Amino acid sequence: MSELPGDLLYTNDHEWLRREDDGNVTIGVTDHAQAALGDLVYVELPEVGQDVATGGDMAVVESVKAASDVYAPVDGTITAVNEELADDPEKINADPYGDGWIVRLQPSAAIDESALLTPDAYQSLLDEEEA
Amino acid sequence: MGSKTPLYDKHVEAGARIVDFGGWDMPLHYGSQKEEHHAVRNSAGVFDVSHMTIVDLKGARVRDFLRHLLANDVAKLQDSGKALYTCMLNEAGGVIDDLIVYFMDESWFRLVVNAATREKDLTWIRKNAADFDVAVHERAELAMIAVQGPKARELAAPCIDAEWREQALALKLFTGMEAGDLFVARTGYTGEDGWEIVMPSMRAPSIWDRLIAGGVAPAGLGARDTLRLEAAMNLYGSDMDETISPLEAGLGWTIAWEPADRAFIGRGPLEKLRDEPSRRRFVGLLLEDKGVLRNHQRIVVEGSGDGEITSGGFSPTIGRSIALARLPAGDYDSAQVDVRGKLLNVRVVKTPFVRNGQVRIEV
Repeated sequence: MSELPGDLLYTNDHEWLRREDDGNVTIGVTDHAQAALGDLVYVELPEVGQDVATGGDMAVVESVKAASDVYAPVDGTITAVNEELADDPEKINADPYGDGWIVRLQPSAAIDESALLTPDAYQSLLDEEEA
Repeated sequence: MGSKTPLYDKHVEAGARIVDFGGWDMPLHYGSQKEEHHAVRNSAGVFDVSHMTIVDLKGARVRDFLRHLLANDVAKLQDSGKALYTCMLNEAGGVIDDLIVYFMDESWFRLVVNAATREKDLTWIRKNAADFDVAVHERAELAMIAVQGPKARELAAPCIDAEWREQALALKLFTGMEAGDLFVARTGYTGEDGWEIVMPSMRAPSIWDRLIAGGVAPAGLGARDTLRLEAAMNLYGSDMDETISPLEAGLGWTIAWEPADRAFIGRGPLEKLRDEPSRRRFVGLLLEDKGVLRNHQRIVVEGSGDGEITSGGFSPTIGRSIALARLPAGDYDSAQVDVRGKLLNVRVVKTPFVRNGQVRIEV
């Protein structure tokens, strides 16, 4: 069973979003995603200030096994990236919802939560994939 | 649902992530591929390789048959148990498979061939064996494990019956022996010392348990791939296939050209390619920039054209990305790789990257 915090929103691409008090959104990959990828060895991060569009490539996480794109879950502008991942990509394996966060962005419009998954909906997605 | 080895339940018990590999349900890793990799480099790990195909060939003319079938020459095998790595070629000189052949006795040789190529290998071997009255027996009832690492033989020795233990520990590199109902050989696919042990399927789970209890780490296909890549050992289907000659896959050293009158299958086309100046190079690459080299990435060599990575990945031992690649002919020691549209710098290096726990390239 993979860990699945109840205070986050999720995507079909196995990413999570946390809405911060200042209006920013923090994004990472889920526990399920890191387990499927295996040991992370490299993370390619975007530039701060870069604009991203929903569904567009935003970062790349590479494991011993494969490279996997991280997509922007909402439209916005990158406000921070987790520089520590450059030297220690395995933070994503060890703590996917905490120290393993990947980018923070300022959404350009109100977030349409109906386009994202609640914890329950994401759990259903995982259950379907298991089946 | 794929085929299962006699150790499948052991893998599940140990928490393995199971993946399909050539129709077999095999362990990819048991938690951390990198830790399994390091365990083999620094201590000992055990791989289930029961999916591989063991074929016993028997008959009075079996040596003649193999001198015809294989590009390396089994005439080199004179002592019982001695092993040889070789390619089996088609008429065009392309690689049908790479394999290890063991000389057991004058009327019995044993082959260990890849799992994914099992059917075509057996078909090809049987077709050619008919003229030599050689009987072809697949030994699907046998299991096989590879115990690899600097401490592998020491930690695996208790699994060998006492009667045979000392002799097994004295085995020279690339040599095997029968030890009761086991067959033990000092071979492997990691660049470390160790044994490959063939056994009746029934004995496999208890031998596995004993190794794990003795401190040997279970290791999956993921670590097997990064270990063999660091050791610059080819993977069939990635580094070579039926359209590729051993000469363009870094396997020229496995072709026995002498005696010149040995007419092994594929010899004619190989001789032509041997003297061809445009013959492609097969090299090791080290990524100088940040990122990870992957299979099929395009390599750009200024003034010479394009090549391709045949096996790429991250080297846990070196902490950088490395690859094997087929490149255009020419005398150059640097190139660029196309990673998602960006050109990164790679250096051509002499392989192996790692052998016996030591990094062998300049980083």
